[in-house]
Amino acid sequence: MSLPLPAWARGESLTHAKQGFGEVSGEKIALSVGEHHFGVGGRKGHAIAVNGTVPGPLLRLKEGQKVRIDVTNNLEEDTSVHWHGLLLPFQFDGVPGVSFPGIKPGETFTYEFPIRQNGTYWWHSHSGLQEQAGHYGPIIIESAEPDPRYDRDYVVLLSEFTPRHPHEIARLLKVGEHYFNNQMQTATEGEMSVKERMMWGGMRMNPRDISDVTGSTYTFLINGHGPMDGLEYLFEPGERVRLRVINGSAMTFFNVRIPGVPMTVIAADGKDVAPVEVDEFQIGTAETYDVIVAPSEGSHALVAEAMDRSGMGVASLTSHAGHRATPPPLREPVTLTMADMGMGSMNGAHGGAMEQDAHAGHGSMAGMDHGGMDHGAMGHGDMDHSMRDTSKLPPDVKVGPGLDMVSPMPMDRMDYPGLGLDNVGHRVLRYTDLKAKRMNPHRMPTRQMEIHLTGNMERYMWSFDGKKFSAVTDDPIRFAYDERVRVKLVNDTMMAHPIHLHGHFFELVNGAGMMNQPLKHTVIVQPGSTATFDVIANEPGDWAFHCHLLYHMHAGMMQTVTVRPFPAPGEGA
Amino acid sequence: MMLRLGLATTLALAAAPLSAQDMSGHEGHGAPAEKPSTEQPAKDDHSGHGEMKKAPAPFKLPDMTGAPQMDHSAHAMGDIPSGPPPAEAFEGPQHAADEIFGGEAMAEARKTNHATHGDMLTGTIMAERLEVRISDGHEAFLWGVQGWYGGDIDKFVIKSEGEGEFGGGVEDAEIQALWGHAIGPFFDLQAGARIDLEPESRSHLVLGVQGLAPYMWHVDGALFLSDRGDLTARVEGEYDQKITQALILQPRLELELSAQDIPEREIGAGLTKIETGLRLRYEIAREFAPYVGVGYEAKLGETADIARLAGEDTDGVAAVFGIRAWF
Repeated sequence: MSLPLPAWARGESLTHAKQGFGEVSGEKIALSVGEHHFGVGGRKGHAIAVNGTVPGPLLRLKEGQKVRIDVTNNLEEDTSVHWHGLLLPFQFDGVPGVSFPGIKPGETFTYEFPIRQNGTYWWHSHSGLQEQAGHYGPIIIESAEPDPRYDRDYVVLLSEFTPRHPHEIARLLKVGEHYFNNQMQTATEGEMSVKERMMWGGMRMNPRDISDVTGSTYTFLINGHGPMDGLEYLFEPGERVRLRVINGSAMTFFNVRIPGVPMTVIAADGKDVAPVEVDEFQIGTAETYDVIVAPSEGSHALVAEAMDRSGMGVASLTSHAGHRATPPPLREPVTLTMADMGMGSMNGAHGGAMEQDAHAGHGSMAGMDHGGMDHGAMGHGDMDHSMRDTSKLPPDVKVGPGLDMVSPMPMDRMDYPGLGLDNVGHRVLRYTDLKAKRMNPHRMPTRQMEIHLTGNMERYMWSFDGKKFSAVTDDPIRFAYDERVRVKLVNDTMMAHPIHLHGHFFELVNGAGMMNQPLKHTVIVQPGSTATFDVIANEPGDWAFHCHLLYHMHAGMMQTVTVRPFPAPGEGA
Repeated sequence: MMLRLGLATTLALAAAPLSAQDMSGHEGHGAPAEKPSTEQPAKDDHSGHGEMKKAPAPFKLPDMTGAPQMDHSAHAMGDIPSGPPPAEAFEGPQHAADEIFGGEAMAEARKTNHATHGDMLTGTIMAERLEVRISDGHEAFLWGVQGWYGGDIDKFVIKSEGEGEFGGGVEDAEIQALWGHAIGPFFDLQAGARIDLEPESRSHLVLGVQGLAPYMWHVDGALFLSDRGDLTARVEGEYDQKITQALILQPRLELELSAQDIPEREIGAGLTKIETGLRLRYEIAREFAPYVGVGYEAKLGETADIARLAGEDTDGVAAVFGIRAWF
């Protein structure tokens, strides 16, 4: 297994990767990355497996330990491993071209760093599109202090498998019009009036652009198992079960629920939050949530429904081995609304938080002609112009073919539960529910900045501030060491983007109060909306900052965040 | 839809259950399935990368000393300054990893990164219309094919169209080779050459625009300047109306114009030709859709007069059957 020769060089044919993962722990860990076949639920294809499994092995670490991880590349192309959410020296962050040169075929790269935190994280390739092919796995870091909050501990790693090669998916996204979307509005389907349809058509936008890649090619996985595989999580009645939910998918937001079983969220992105009980939560790509459940005797369906409702991952949380729970059916497809176009609330006059009822009726735009529209002076005739008023952009945003829209009135939607979950009739987690359990330092930001999330759906171009990563390699986002900056992300697209900053935790400005703002490494910026975080740039070096939708990053929605001076004063040299 | 049904039925038919592994260790279930490997893979010379070399003299980028000193205490939420970063944010190496792994290795990695973070080149070939046209006794064929290869902004575009009668050979055939350049979010400027193979060899310079117009009309318009100095133009548009996810009705309209009479092609100045069609296709796969439809074409203006004088029909309706396919 640890031979540096790739399988083809040893004259072997590809082996089948095992579904699900083993565990590796201790101070010395070896991972080897190789080509395999993988199959689930009748779909078969090429996979990149680590230590022969998809997902790759669980890394179980302990707060305060040191770890040395040797990663051997048995592929015929470069690879890498990024430790998502871990605080470490930047040269071990695992992003080729930013933190290190990458791992060449046949080489072994040694990562070595102390474990400075605890919680639920994950790891994945940061090379090309390998993550889609199976190159990812979970991380649990046990806290230095005993944790009495639960009796059982499970990983719920959500992901997708596709029989298509990821490069082919990238091509189809560029050349095929909504290739994977089988839920478009048609003449015979959808609730929109002709007038509303005309308005969307006039903007050359599609109100059913929820997910770029869907269940039409994805089988949604929990711990590597498809919905038909009958994955079981066993418990004894009366036990408190900790579920470490990790969204390790390439492109999918999931709605997670266990019908009939409330979930108490205790951590977000690995960091403890004040417990909050919900019935469902939406988890963006690359986010993690830890929840405690205390299910009653019986079998309960653990459902991870794709946000666009094109499929779901399913497992059974059961007190009877072998009993499968029946999952609920998929819910109706989601349709975008005015708020997702960056037109604020449909009632227009409200300058504050989004009104929940703006999304009532799944995208009915009955309010279209009232309030907001008239205030915004946007008649149908000049809709196109109003939806791309580039004078609203700061001067550093490049206006070009890569920018098909400018949100006219983007609003903060921290209190929004996620596309399709604003009207489900039970408690859904919102960012405004999250409060850091441990106090953050009381410091005001000394600087604020704005970063625009920009794109062109038709051309499948994605970028920050209208500039693809390939165009700004030498022009990073700069922070001074220990500077506290308030960063406002403005989404000038109609897609939700999970934005991830490497090597740091930022505080969501979610109204929780200066010292209780929750710490996160990834934040969803809702369509046509803003999200704001405060960050203390206290990790010197260069760090990747990107949309965690894999094909958006691949299209250029990435930047380098540079923290200087480097090395930090008093370090290195 | 199928998955929904599938879930309900298949899940009832339980196969051997799979147990998720309890990670807590509280129940003794936590034994690692895979022991940490003590046997380390062969190591290469990366082991010394942990040590940091001494930073070179920091190169100074723009002098930021004029930036206002910030008072860390007194700002309310609303009045955080939004100026440039402090001067020290510009200190140190341009790329931190160069200090550890060497400038050459990192420069190469950054170059590789471009292709995987924005500069992907790709392409496609689409036969929008490959069809048979049947009208009172005539059986004709027609093709309309287009392909491109390139990046987001600049593309090489190739187009070909033509028609003929079964048994009668090809009557019209042309091929265009164009450079396409994105001039806005929805439109490309296209410039290049067009070669006519039939009815006789002729070459043109081409200048056009192609893209997506409001209300989702795909439009393509071009001016053609022939090697004999004749200026003509063509505008076409088509719209895809989904009836269901796979059944699509496509109205199509094409207009041809000429700036002057072109006697050898029996063309008069002005609007010369209109072609409309309505095609109903069924996407067996996104890439492969057979269709049926109806097409109407008519010569217009002086061109129609010329045809009338020659005793030809000036218009005609045809039933069309074809395939829309792409790769």
